[in-house]
Amino acid sequence: METKIKSAVIDPSIKKKHKLEAKAVKVYYDGFTAIKGIDMNIKANKVTAFIGPSGCGKSTFLRLFNRMNDYVDGFRMEGEILIDGENIYKKKVNVEQLRKQVGMVFQKPNPFPKSIFENVAYGLKIQGINDKKYLLERVEESLKQVALWDEVKDNLNKSALALSGGQQQRLCIARTLAVEPSIILMDEPTSALDPLSTAKIEELIYQLKNQYTIVIVTHNMQQAGRVSDYTAFFYMGELIEYDSSKKLFTNPEKKQTENYITGRFG
Amino acid sequence: MMSIDQQREALNHSGLEMFSLCKKQLVNAQEAFFTHDNDLAEEVIHTENRVNGLDLKIDRDCERFIALYNPVAGDLRFVLALRKINFDLERIGDHSYGISKYIVEIDLTPDERLLELLQVKEMFDSALSMLDDISEAYKSGNSKKARKVFKKDKVLNKINMKAFGIISTEVKKDPQIIDQVMLLFSVIKKLERIGDLVTNIAEEIIFFKEAEVVKHQKKSAVKRKK
Repeated sequence: METKIKSAVIDPSIKKKHKLEAKAVKVYYDGFTAIKGIDMNIKANKVTAFIGPSGCGKSTFLRLFNRMNDYVDGFRMEGEILIDGENIYKKKVNVEQLRKQVGMVFQKPNPFPKSIFENVAYGLKIQGINDKKYLLERVEESLKQVALWDEVKDNLNKSALALSGGQQQRLCIARTLAVEPSIILMDEPTSALDPLSTAKIEELIYQLKNQYTIVIVTHNMQQAGRVSDYTAFFYMGELIEYDSSKKLFTNPEKKQTENYITGRFG
Repeated sequence: MMSIDQQREALNHSGLEMFSLCKKQLVNAQEAFFTHDNDLAEEVIHTENRVNGLDLKIDRDCERFIALYNPVAGDLRFVLALRKINFDLERIGDHSYGISKYIVEIDLTPDERLLELLQVKEMFDSALSMLDDISEAYKSGNSKKARKVFKKDKVLNKINMKAFGIISTEVKKDPQIIDQVMLLFSVIKKLERIGDLVTNIAEEIIFFKEAEVVKHQKKSAVKRKK
């Protein structure tokens, strides 16, 4: 299985092309237009940050990539979302399979009220994998990837709820990694964490980008600048500016972006 | 708590104060030099403490601004530029202080003919005119105006380069003038450095306003671009 992850990483054809693409995307919630027509390409094996004031549509846009909005009342979408060139909103798409490929980490750590081991193995088990040796291998590898293994290896049967907030969030990332996604979506993954845990998650994001395409929504400008290669600024359902983070945080093209990142509005 | 705008305005105000203080130091040093006014030179020497005090204050305020307000984009460029501008102005203050020290400690009245030959007055005037231009460019945030000083700096460099030959010829003619020319040459070097420091300030204003780094570039190319 490890080979499978690595092949996704090294494959130069994937590195070259856009991993995620949005084409003329509009999103409506009943009468309200949440996304007003966005075209965007997201590069493979890079970290892309979405920033913008609350209600600007960045989380809605993020959730399009694993069809998390499908069950929201009144949700309607126009345009296309492509992963590796395939439209994920086609009728034949298996949403469960899609979510295996596109993992998600939320703002608040949400471990299941189960043991550490069961949390990480959960996704594999619901896929029908029960080979204990293989499960243990995957759990160990995933926990090592999030640098949690050394802290929990002697207590794998302990309840995940007994871990600290920062450890719980790393556990949730390990749970996402266990099913071997190629894309990880993160919706404000450190906003509930202390600075030290935040630093650990940021370091983790930096390490993971070699293997995964990461999209992160954050309200923390410094975090966006630190962890991401590209940053997209959203405002009132529109993509205002999308550029390398180095450029966007030092010399943005649009006045609106400058006003937002310097804390003058939003 | 001060907003980022208020904090930036306070920093900007300190910057303006530093410009005005350092310009006054050079104006007084010039006057003291040509009128042999030791009292005025002493005043420049004493005022150096104020320049140093303001330099420390601006440095500290810039550091706090970065630490507490986490500036990015234009705010960040502003504070980075101000820190360097402050450093350059403080050095200009040092040179005015140095010239005043010569006036007080080396009791010499340079010969008018030598002053004219070496174009010392032109150098003072050019340096002051550059300082005027750059103060105005900083005050109005006008990077176009800042670019003007590059040309004026050439005048200073030219006079400085010519001084070698003139001094050599004059000393050969009359070795008795060696003390005078050593004093004048030291003043000329200081004025030439002031010109360089003003061009550094211009580079910082351009960086702050246009996000363009023009350091270590041929200034003729820099001017052509715009």
